[in-house]
Amino acid sequence: MTTITKDNITDSLLATVHPNGNSEAAQVIRENGFPTTKHEEYKFTNITKRIESKIQSFQQAKPLGLTQQDVSKAMIKDLDADVVVFNNGQFSAELSSLGEGYAVTNVTNSEAPFSIKDLYDDSYLALNKASFEKGVFIQVPKNKVLDKPVLLLNLVKANDGQLITPKLWIDCAENTEAVFIEQTVSQDEQAYLLNGSVEIKTASNSHIHYYRVQNQNNEALEVNNLLTDIHRDSTFTSFVLSLEGDMIRNNVTLNLLDSGCEGNMYGLYLLGGKTHVDNHTNVDHTKPHSESNELYKGVLADTSRGVFNGKIFVREDAQKTNAFQQNNNILLSDEATINTKPQLEIWADDVKCSHGCTTGQLDEEALFYLQARGIDKKQGKALLLYAFAGDVLEHLKIEAFKEYCIDLVQKKLGTNF
Amino acid sequence: MLSIKNLHASVEGTPILKGINLEVKAGEVHAIMGPNGSGKSTLASVLAGREEYEVTEGEVSFKSKDLLDLSPEDRAREGVFLAFQYPVEIPGVSSTNFLRTAVNQVREYRGLEPLDAVKFLSLMKEKMKLVEIDQKLLSRSLNEGFSGGEKKRNEIFQMAMLEPTLSILDETDSGLDIDALRIVSNGVNQLKSDNNATIVVTHYQRLLDYIVPDFVHVLYNGKIVKSGTKELAMELEEKGYDWIKEEADKATV
Ligand SMILES: Nc1ncnc2c1ncn2[C@@H]1O[C@H](COP(=O)(O)OP(=O)(O)OP(=O)(O)O)[C@@H](O)[C@H]1O
Ligand SMILES: [Mg+2]
Repeated sequence: MTTITKDNITDSLLATVHPNGNSEAAQVIRENGFPTTKHEEYKFTNITKRIESKIQSFQQAKPLGLTQQDVSKAMIKDLDADVVVFNNGQFSAELSSLGEGYAVTNVTNSEAPFSIKDLYDDSYLALNKASFEKGVFIQVPKNKVLDKPVLLLNLVKANDGQLITPKLWIDCAENTEAVFIEQTVSQDEQAYLLNGSVEIKTASNSHIHYYRVQNQNNEALEVNNLLTDIHRDSTFTSFVLSLEGDMIRNNVTLNLLDSGCEGNMYGLYLLGGKTHVDNHTNVDHTKPHSESNELYKGVLADTSRGVFNGKIFVREDAQKTNAFQQNNNILLSDEATINTKPQLEIWADDVKCSHGCTTGQLDEEALFYLQARGIDKKQGKALLLYAFAGDVLEHLKIEAFKEYCIDLVQKKLGTNF
Repeated sequence: MLSIKNLHASVEGTPILKGINLEVKAGEVHAIMGPNGSGKSTLASVLAGREEYEVTEGEVSFKSKDLLDLSPEDRAREGVFLAFQYPVEIPGVSSTNFLRTAVNQVREYRGLEPLDAVKFLSLMKEKMKLVEIDQKLLSRSLNEGFSGGEKKRNEIFQMAMLEPTLSILDETDSGLDIDALRIVSNGVNQLKSDNNATIVVTHYQRLLDYIVPDFVHVLYNGKIVKSGTKELAMELEEKGYDWIKEEADKATV
């Protein structure tokens, strides 16, 4: 076991790159290294340093001896879904239960089906591409409407702080509809780095949802990249619920490549302890008549930290764009912080863009009103916070999943977190 | 039922209440009147347990318990109800959900079974009639976008739902037109019994034609400077507060 120092984290992580791995990606890492706070996009999220301080050696995590029973235990209650299992980051066909009418195939590192352009040359994304062992490619054929959601189950247990690298591609042909739900279940409370990426391509007139829940152990470090190319008349909706973890960085990029596209990004983070969650979103309007909606809300307690950065590009051609962005936060303690920043770059002249961010405290007046009616302080707080945050969940499509999220959120708000 | 002895309270270090004494017995109605800023709402808030107000001296017992020792929610559960002068708007919390939570937490404290959805709805229907409040109003967010009159009516509706033993109505009549005043007073009167008591804080003698007080107290500069019967309210209506202020100021010199 080697000890990582500031100088050799890049080398150590590079050592995990697959021998036949994506050499272009490895090159990005060699050139850029891993981001520090000097890096504009990582100004408030020093994840590289965090990784150095928590993880002593890097090694691609090996699959665990999991059984079907472990999978059943990790399922979301009442959710009727097809299941794609990642065993410590690697796709496991044996543990998965797939539905009919779409293809799920194993992808080795040398055969990436496609690559969506990343504007930022993010080294963690590059590391993901260069070092994953067994990824998955899901293809939804023309006119296919999936009758069940697909649950992407990450079962993880990385004792020595290993690197877990799930990798997923989704290609949705014309007139398709599908909901993907990603859930990570950690078998213990050890630190690990989960460095995942998902690349999604939709042809015209498809309706795709990608939901993610982050409620695993409080030592977890995570970087996630979700990159999408959306084509004509298609709607894409992302959602992320962040509840637990040590430090989490979520990058979401929606490339709206044609007219009639609708891109929606929703997020809810309820953070306590020292949890740090950074949501970086980009939506790129390139053609006329597209729309994007973005709503992120957060409640931060203790010494937790939130970062929201929302970029909206409206290219010269993208007339008649409607873009809406909102980020609202409640801080429950003096030591909790939020850094929120909208970034709008608008090159077209006939567009409707609105954005707003608010940061406030719990309304003490309202809390007293509830108490004066006999509601205890804890429950009063939970009622008020749910009233603030709950509307983000209204956008979820699958009833059982929505109930699951409502339950998680209410449980979290009902504790004095 | 309620016994206030030499109560002093401050806000941010400024004394507001300067030695209040008041005894309220079951079955009684007390009116508290007084010029703006004299401390009426402060007294009501201190009794309900608002945290910004610091009690610096004195004691308050309610049904032989030390009221000041209880959290605001426990005071409500013990039977203290404050109808707010300015009811708070709470977006995103439905009136029905809020009331059901409140009623059941109060019942739990009193050792009663929680009400199920059906029983709760029928109780609501019954009490809604009392203040002629519309179902539509209650399916909205709590007080959000309610008119002044609707908010006040909603306060009395909540009071009806919670069945308090001591109700403190802080200017529930202010801003009400005569129809609304009649409805609100009617509600209060119907809830009155030999076992509960009411304190009405008001500026207007008019209210006391509807809710007839047994005692009238004048609060001025943080103290009760005069007490009497409903005739005192008539006198105040006629002569204003200046003569009382003069009397009080003379007494303190
Ligand atoms: N939270 C507070 N912070 C600072 N000062 C306060 C606060 N609450 C009340 N005061 C002050 O205390 C005094 C008494 O106020 P209070 O609201 O009790 O009067 P009131 O008799 O109810 O008046 P009104 O007839 O206008 O309702 C006023 O001078 C007011 O400015
Ligand atoms: Mg007042």
